[in-house]
Amino acid sequence: MYLADSRDTKAPAVPDQRPGRRVAAVPGTVIALGAVSLVTDVSSEMVSAVLPLYVVAGLGLSPLGFGLLDGINNGVGALVRLLGGHLADRGGRGPKTVAAVGYGLSALCKPLLLLAHTVPLIGTVLAVDRTGKGLRTAPRDAMISLATAPEHRGRAFGVHRAMDTTGALLGPLVAFAVLRATVDGYDAVFAVSGCVAALGVLVLLLFVPSARRTAVDPAPKPALRDSLALLRLPGLRRLAVCAALLGLTTVSDSFLYLLLQRQLGLATHLFPLLPLGTAAAFLLLAVPLGALADRIGRRRLFLAGHVLLLLAYALVLGHSSAVLLVLVLHGGFYAATDGVLAAAAANAAPDDRQGSALALVGTGQALARFVCSLGFGAAWSAWGGHTALAVTATALACTAVTTYFLLRSSADEVAV
Amino acid sequence: MKNSTRLLVLLLAVVLLGGIGTGAVLYAADRADRRDQEQAGGPAVRSGSVSLRAPGRQLVFRNLAWGPHRDEIATVPAGQLDGERTASGLKCLRFHAASGTGICLQAVHGALDDSYRTVLLDAELHERHVFPAAGIPTRARVSPSGHLAAWTVFVSGDSYAGTDFSTRTAIVDTRTWALDDNLETYAIVKDGHPYQAHDTNIWGVTFADDTRFYATLATGGQTYLVQGDVTGRTLTTLHQNVECPSLSPDGTRIAYKKRAPEASADAPWRLYVLDLRTMTETRTAEQRNIDDQALWADDGTLLYSLPGDFGADLWSTPADGTGAPRQLLTAAVAPAYLG
Repeated sequence: MYLADSRDTKAPAVPDQRPGRRVAAVPGTVIALGAVSLVTDVSSEMVSAVLPLYVVAGLGLSPLGFGLLDGINNGVGALVRLLGGHLADRGGRGPKTVAAVGYGLSALCKPLLLLAHTVPLIGTVLAVDRTGKGLRTAPRDAMISLATAPEHRGRAFGVHRAMDTTGALLGPLVAFAVLRATVDGYDAVFAVSGCVAALGVLVLLLFVPSARRTAVDPAPKPALRDSLALLRLPGLRRLAVCAALLGLTTVSDSFLYLLLQRQLGLATHLFPLLPLGTAAAFLLLAVPLGALADRIGRRRLFLAGHVLLLLAYALVLGHSSAVLLVLVLHGGFYAATDGVLAAAAANAAPDDRQGSALALVGTGQALARFVCSLGFGAAWSAWGGHTALAVTATALACTAVTTYFLLRSSADEVAV
Repeated sequence: MKNSTRLLVLLLAVVLLGGIGTGAVLYAADRADRRDQEQAGGPAVRSGSVSLRAPGRQLVFRNLAWGPHRDEIATVPAGQLDGERTASGLKCLRFHAASGTGICLQAVHGALDDSYRTVLLDAELHERHVFPAAGIPTRARVSPSGHLAAWTVFVSGDSYAGTDFSTRTAIVDTRTWALDDNLETYAIVKDGHPYQAHDTNIWGVTFADDTRFYATLATGGQTYLVQGDVTGRTLTTLHQNVECPSLSPDGTRIAYKKRAPEASADAPWRLYVLDLRTMTETRTAEQRNIDDQALWADDGTLLYSLPGDFGADLWSTPADGTGAPRQLLTAAVAPAYLG
């Protein structure tokens, strides 16, 4: 089975494996990056929470036009992520600089919303915001993996994702507190959001150390196409292929919530609560499942996460009224896959190519999920939502079995 | 940099950014207070009793004029639109009324977030029934008899997507309180064939009678005028590029906003009228961007809102494409005629 973590050649001599020595498992850098993500997510979710309200009630516009921009944003975001990962690998202070630019770009967008009063302009600002997000994701994850001993990366990513989600849950609360205090003062929400985002950038600059490479000799700077050459690493290639295959059978959140609401006849006013349920489960399970991944192998848990998703699909297909259980499974799926995939990818790539490797796997997965959304939409139109989900669930079961055999034959790590 | 220096820099930044944020909140709060004070030269508003069955013809609307009655449902005599407004004390985001039935879409400001509700009112604006609403209210209509009411809200389903909006439209029978809370479950007949898609959005109902209505159907990047049947639960497409239809009192024409091909992408909608017998379109004299469901004042005149100094103003233009638009009422939105 999995040669989990056994081929590591230069990790510190496993003192942390002993009981009672797990405190140092999450380095300060990870906590600092978690704090940056938490603060930044408070800022961005503040805006997401009030944006529809601002557009409809504040500006008197119809927000439907935003949907059109989404597809473009997804495609661009995936490419920007590759670029961010590549730039992060290119020089001594690479990851931190690129991440700072990404966070900074998004922070600048918040005050710009004060000036944008039409749907296309607001859409443009959101696109720039997403570019910043795409740029910073891979370098940030690279810094997390570089700061953490390979055997603890699952937990480290779990801690980061939990802090990230905490920010996402707090953001709307802050936004509505500001709206209450100002009676529909959307400009105040955007201003406060901008200040919070600036604070996030500052925490990054002050408290996240630049990743120091262990390599003494400066290797030649990699070219962008070398990112694809990373796929020659058998472990990384298998992981990327499996993440993409599973991504092709992962129904997007919006579709799943829509199906849940329709199949179960859920009252429409409860609809906005569904993403909250998933996020809460993700928040609670991210750290324990990340730690479990370190124990039993990230690839195994990544697969197990998709089994949770399959169970969620089965419940929806069976018209089960256990909405809460579906959401817990859905959140569990994210907790078992989101940070865990990053940890697995980090362990399958050399230290000096962490940014590119993480971006490659993440982008492959994101593009696959986007393709799945297009296909699922078409299938829904042709056969109806229930059949479309049944087909996707069957496909997910098949890919899970395929993936099981693919991942079984490869080690969890690369020799560096 | 030493740790103590880092903490000092962070502390200074927190104080500075906190100051900016607090300043922005205080400024906005102060502006909110000013909105509660009447403006010189603004329309006169006094509180009084508003009845949907009051004698004489009146215009009822959401009053946007600054002062203590901002956002309240108010009336003004139809023959004297610049006269004193009578404010009801009832606050609504959207409102419509016919034959003694009113519909009011309200925001309920909670501690943690806003929620929305639909209130069906009797002629004295007393609550008859309340339904929770799934999102931000945008359209409301009552059938001519007062028996049916419809409303549309915007829903953003996934907070992580941020930009993924859709609409929900519901119809209720005020005699039985039977509720169709999502018209997307109706069977769609598009160009003569049964049609289903995941991306259908329906909004902007306008009633012909207690069975038939018209609405907007959007799917595959196109918008359609659909005729709906409450009994048969069907939607049938009639025409393309139609949003927010509004049926004339004589039932022969539909006013709507249309994406004009030559208009800029950020202000694409122009006001048109469609003759349902000949299916010919007439463009009205209004040249500006209209993002509203128009209201027929009579069989020849349309009312609609445009952005104004206090949120929105009401304008009117002839329905036959002649004449010129003129401003009817400042600081008002969501109108309906009574009597």
